[in-house]
Amino acid sequence: MTEKPKNYSRRDFLKTTGIATGALIGGGLIGGLVGLNVDKDDQHVSDTGNTNHEMGTNGGFQFFQNQREFNVISNATERIFPKDDIGPGAIELGVPYFIDRQLAGQYGSNTKEYMQGPFAVGAKTQGYQSRLTRASIFRQGIAVLDEEANKRFKKGFSSIEAEQMDEILTAFQNDEIPMTGVTSAFFFRLIRTATLEGAYADPMYGGNRNMDGWKMKEFPGHQMSYINVIDKEKFQKIEPQPLGGM
Amino acid sequence: MATTLAKVDVVVVGLGWTGGIIAAECAKAGLKVIGLERGRKRGTEDFQQIHDEYRYAIRYELMQDVAKETITIRNNRKMPALPMRQMSSFLLGDGLGGSGTHWNGHTWRFYPYDFQIKTMTDEKYGPNKLSSDYLLQDWGVTYDELEPYFYKYDQTAGISGEDKNPFWGKRAQDFPTPPMKRTPILKKFEGATKSLGYSPFMLPSANLSEPYTNPDGEVINACQYCGFCERFGCEYGAKTSPEITVIPTATKTGNFETKFHANVVEVIKSGNKVSGVKYLDTESGEEFIQEAEVVVLASYVMNNAKLLMVSNIGEQYDPETGKGTLGKNYCYQILPGANGYFEEQMNTFMGAGALGMTIDDFNADNFDHSDLDFIHGGSISITQTGYRPIETNPIQQGTPTWGAEFKKNSIYNYTRSLSIGTQGASMPHKENYLSLDTKYKDVYGLPLLQMTYNFTDQDRALHKFITEKTVNIMKEMGAKTVEGKAPITDYDIVGYQTTHNTGGTIMGASPENSVVNPFLQHWDAENLFVIGAGNFPHNGGYNPTGTVAALAYRSAEGIIKYSKSGGSLV
Repeated sequence: MTEKPKNYSRRDFLKTTGIATGALIGGGLIGGLVGLNVDKDDQHVSDTGNTNHEMGTNGGFQFFQNQREFNVISNATERIFPKDDIGPGAIELGVPYFIDRQLAGQYGSNTKEYMQGPFAVGAKTQGYQSRLTRASIFRQGIAVLDEEANKRFKKGFSSIEAEQMDEILTAFQNDEIPMTGVTSAFFFRLIRTATLEGAYADPMYGGNRNMDGWKMKEFPGHQMSYINVIDKEKFQKIEPQPLGGM
Repeated sequence: MATTLAKVDVVVVGLGWTGGIIAAECAKAGLKVIGLERGRKRGTEDFQQIHDEYRYAIRYELMQDVAKETITIRNNRKMPALPMRQMSSFLLGDGLGGSGTHWNGHTWRFYPYDFQIKTMTDEKYGPNKLSSDYLLQDWGVTYDELEPYFYKYDQTAGISGEDKNPFWGKRAQDFPTPPMKRTPILKKFEGATKSLGYSPFMLPSANLSEPYTNPDGEVINACQYCGFCERFGCEYGAKTSPEITVIPTATKTGNFETKFHANVVEVIKSGNKVSGVKYLDTESGEEFIQEAEVVVLASYVMNNAKLLMVSNIGEQYDPETGKGTLGKNYCYQILPGANGYFEEQMNTFMGAGALGMTIDDFNADNFDHSDLDFIHGGSISITQTGYRPIETNPIQQGTPTWGAEFKKNSIYNYTRSLSIGTQGASMPHKENYLSLDTKYKDVYGLPLLQMTYNFTDQDRALHKFITEKTVNIMKEMGAKTVEGKAPITDYDIVGYQTTHNTGGTIMGASPENSVVNPFLQHWDAENLFVIGAGNFPHNGGYNPTGTVAALAYRSAEGIIKYSKSGGSLV
């Protein structure tokens, strides 16, 4: 049994910090979280293009060009972070939308990365050396995932079985699939990392819907203070808060 | 054509901890100071939406934009150097407060042994303990000489701690504020290390245990243990940072002016002095020359070294001949440790950057190295900084890194795993150094700084030795599964390790083997001071900020003296 701690009020908080009242700025809104329908039973998305409702897609695309691209990335992320008895997987968490938004922005354009040439392959210890932006890598990678599925199973990536998807993703991870200007292992690491980011980032980014990523992990999100509970021996179950919900 | 601005007493390049300390002390002494900061103004007001792991910890919102400027990296002289295109291994600061805004707040004093490492190692173990490839040297200042300046920083920052480490240098005064809370996680470490015969104590912290007013009248609030500290600014003004202490202290004297978006591109040398700096206003595109009686470089290890190099001040170190001092003794740190997987759930998501307990039984020369093939050691700590969900996905070795099993394990272990970490000392090696890249440039057209660096045999031996100690502690703490960190091989720029880069503009007692004298005054230009962890001739077994700050306070005294009487301070 774990006890639920009393909510720590803003006034208590202000008292203990000695911080000036009014210095804290609340605000923000939880955007786009409510009203998205997700089919809880079938997370596998086919590439027929008629099944967007299964993924709760009232969102529209900022980066992906068509439903097929979106479905490929949806299925790949779902295999990385699948729905199970603990809770939702990547699709239900909105991870594909998170990735779509990120690829359309600074992340996709590598605006905070050094992208001047000359480009060379380099040693592994020298890190990322591709001339491609993340947006280009995803676009190419999605096409190569589909090609590889067609080559191996005569179907698009979104139409093959889960185990077959795993086989292809493993081949990417092991750097066995040729890509241009980037390795398949690097592309795989990008998808894997982006999936976890989408599952656990604040819901305002479009993933971690209903804070279900945090709920599974028992991470309470944005809390003002743990000063009254951090010395408790018992594990504290605390209702999560998003940044926009204060 | 650059516009020349009216001469001031002191121009400071960079407004993090070191620049802030110099600005505050000089402005209080009545000197007119201008601070040039290439980033933007920011402060507590801007950190009210800081509990955003993705924006701040993953996408590095508060840190240097490496699209504009980065370094190039190679492991040895035979490799072509390539740009560090993304930050990862270390996280460079940017903007008001610099990395002092997003630090954790671990505040240490390097050991008496550190400052006299060459003398003391030779005395105890003979002159050939390490091969001559390791460029060990004394710092030109002793712990006792620095002690008042360590305390001055403790007071400015209000450091929370307890004087219960039997090994460290003598403290003339106790900590200004009591230690942070001993949480159940910390107590596990305390119990285990005590039962193994070690001496645990609370980590000295700049996340304050209670509200505090420093001698300059600046108020630092009490830490709320919110779990968002490293990589974040503090929304409560409870993590001591330059923008809530030394910067306002400097500003309220009326003698200090700040200029933001001011990127210094050259230190102008004339004869045996410097006349000022040239900078670019990165918003207007205009160039200015700021003349000054004293120029202070306080823009971190990398940029301090680079500015000296592009300005042709001092002689570049050449590993082939051993000649030159600029760029020499670049060091890093190694991070031995162990992960433990427990059955019980713990409040791992709560915490503060410097909430921890430490043992120093294997730091510095606190243990006998006669039968060991390395010197020095590291501080072994458990820290409860607050696990955040994107970065923290603990899985045992052999668990798949994705898919159903990964998900289940990483979620289960998130609240059931702990880590013991070490700040492992790093000894200088003749092949590890900084220089200018000949191929890659920054957006202003200047060459990038080039880093030639690899781990050494000393590093590998030290890492292995300490890792075994941490495994034993973790077992004693009751973990069901314990995994020591894998042995280190080659230095890899990918994956966060530590932002404890040191060396390149080292201090010492002689111009033969150092860039600056013990007051951090340049040997070749008496009115140029170069300040930061770049001054360290080697890196110790602690986080560097406390020692950097003490050196800065001592240097500030030197600058004020120099402003009155001129000449060399030694």
